[in-house]
Amino acid sequence: MSSYSITEPSRRQKWFAGVLVVLYALITILPLVWIIGTSFKTPSDAIAYPPKTFFTPTVEGYVNVFTTRTRLTEEQLQAVGEPQTWYDRLVRKDGLVISGPSRFAERFTNSVIIGFGSTVLCIVLGTAAAYAFSRFKVPLKDDLLFFILSTRMMPPIAVAIPIFLMFRSLGLSDTHAGMILLYTAVNLSLSVWLLKGFIDEIPVEYEEAALIDGYTRFQAFYKVVLPQAATGIASTAIFCLIFAWNEYAFAVLLTSGNAQTAPPFIPTIIGVSGQDWPAVAAGATLFLVPVMVFTILLRKHLLRGITFGAVRK
Amino acid sequence: MLHSPVDRVAEATPHAIAKRFRGLSDRSLAWLFVAPSIVLLLAVNIFPLIWTIRLSFTNFRVNRPNAEVEFVGLKNYISILSDKDIWLTMQATAHFLIWTLVLQVLIGFSLAYLINKKFRGNDLWTTIIVLPMMLSPAVVGNFWTFLYQPQIGLFNYAIGFLTGADPSSFSMIGDVALAPWAIVIVDTWMWTPFVMLICLAGLRSIPDSIYEAAECDRASKWRQFWTITIPLVLPFLMLAVLFRGIENFKMFDLVVQLTGGGPGSITELTSINLKREAFEKWRTGYASAYAVILFVTVFGLASIYVKALNKVKER
Repeated sequence: MSSYSITEPSRRQKWFAGVLVVLYALITILPLVWIIGTSFKTPSDAIAYPPKTFFTPTVEGYVNVFTTRTRLTEEQLQAVGEPQTWYDRLVRKDGLVISGPSRFAERFTNSVIIGFGSTVLCIVLGTAAAYAFSRFKVPLKDDLLFFILSTRMMPPIAVAIPIFLMFRSLGLSDTHAGMILLYTAVNLSLSVWLLKGFIDEIPVEYEEAALIDGYTRFQAFYKVVLPQAATGIASTAIFCLIFAWNEYAFAVLLTSGNAQTAPPFIPTIIGVSGQDWPAVAAGATLFLVPVMVFTILLRKHLLRGITFGAVRK
Repeated sequence: MLHSPVDRVAEATPHAIAKRFRGLSDRSLAWLFVAPSIVLLLAVNIFPLIWTIRLSFTNFRVNRPNAEVEFVGLKNYISILSDKDIWLTMQATAHFLIWTLVLQVLIGFSLAYLINKKFRGNDLWTTIIVLPMMLSPAVVGNFWTFLYQPQIGLFNYAIGFLTGADPSSFSMIGDVALAPWAIVIVDTWMWTPFVMLICLAGLRSIPDSIYEAAECDRASKWRQFWTITIPLVLPFLMLAVLFRGIENFKMFDLVVQLTGGGPGSITELTSINLKREAFEKWRTGYASAYAVILFVTVFGLASIYVKALNKVKER
């Protein structure tokens, strides 16, 4: 039994608050559930009126997002012969044959490469800078920290013009390396500010003890501070990854054939006859679900991450 | 206490030499650690910014690399500030900015206030509410075009179900009167949780003892709300508004996927307009001047706002 407190909300208040919040949560989650549901519909179910809540699930959307298909006439279909695989059979129902893989897998892989590449770089540079800002007397420290933060205020389109020119002359446009470098720069402010907060919280005494034991400064950083900051580094890494994963403006302006990531690609998915909503939904689902999982894992650090450590809980 | 010969040698070694063997000095290590980040940011942020400022005084066009680049002085700036269409995009941006902030603050604060009643399972529901915020705005914008479809779209169906209107009688993204609200709705859906989280942190930072003292003084709940809760949450709320304000002033990905600036140019926010000038019309010099104006505006407004925020914090 907890003791009575005058600040504790009454039972009725809790119940009322709970109902309203749950109602809001259900409404807010509905579009996401709907998009995941649509990815398992047939194209005709997806555009049915009234919208279908119950339907026979199919993976057609997922097959369509990974393949390109062509429509054949009855005679051509006969000439092609019986479908060999389960996905062949699935599209054959609509009189189509699979003519090859789509570029979705490639775009998705690009997202993974660029996302992870920039995250690793961002964490390496960010941890080093954050450690220095946290522990050493760096000249103009506050100015440098503010400068790092202010790089976030610039609209991406505003710096996109010279970056476009710069990348073109350096041969970096539409390459993985170029995008990794760019996303690292974009996320560096986040990683420095967040990691500085985490490292500030580690007591200096641990390092001092290590230094007395004969460690060099670098060894103390490597063997004492890094393991202590592991949780902070991990959550910062996931934030960098999510931001790089979601980025669209630079991706659409600076990449086209080779290094394009998934966000500019998903909206361009179209079917053989008109907009193929289940395929778009399947692409979106594959792209969004990992972020949802990470968000649930990250929930304790969420506030800190999205406010650059300005608000801690 | 010196036992081993090693210790005695260490003791006898002059400090300066010992330090060399102990690796890099703190000072050089500090520079070694900070420099790569600063260099990268200078190369990818400051250098392009200076380049943009330089281009803004010229008539340079990327698609005509061989044309002679002329210095045109302030001509680009003057023609932007006197262009009626640009003022229209500014208005569209202001409409978007003001309404998203108002709605997100109202709904976000209310939600945080309710969640702070600590009903059972509030953690789970908070996490669910937060989900939209973490997703890719471009992909979100794209799938909302599906929800906004007349007749087949879930949004239109829900509105039809609630109000009795015919779901195929209106198109949120095709109608000039509705499109500005279509983008406000999606942005509010996506970003209200952000304001909510920050308000929640503010509410949780208020110690119970203040309310207990007020209760002893027989202050009514209503009075407690206005004299304790609101003033103490205000700095947090203002911080949330700052973050959302800067983000929505730069808004590009969500809206470009949702409406593409249309119908006509009714939802053409400044970033979309800028992209059109720079990467479709290729008026590089002109677009650079435009970018500088936007950057100065964001930076100026943000600085004034931060001053106000600090005043509120000091109170």
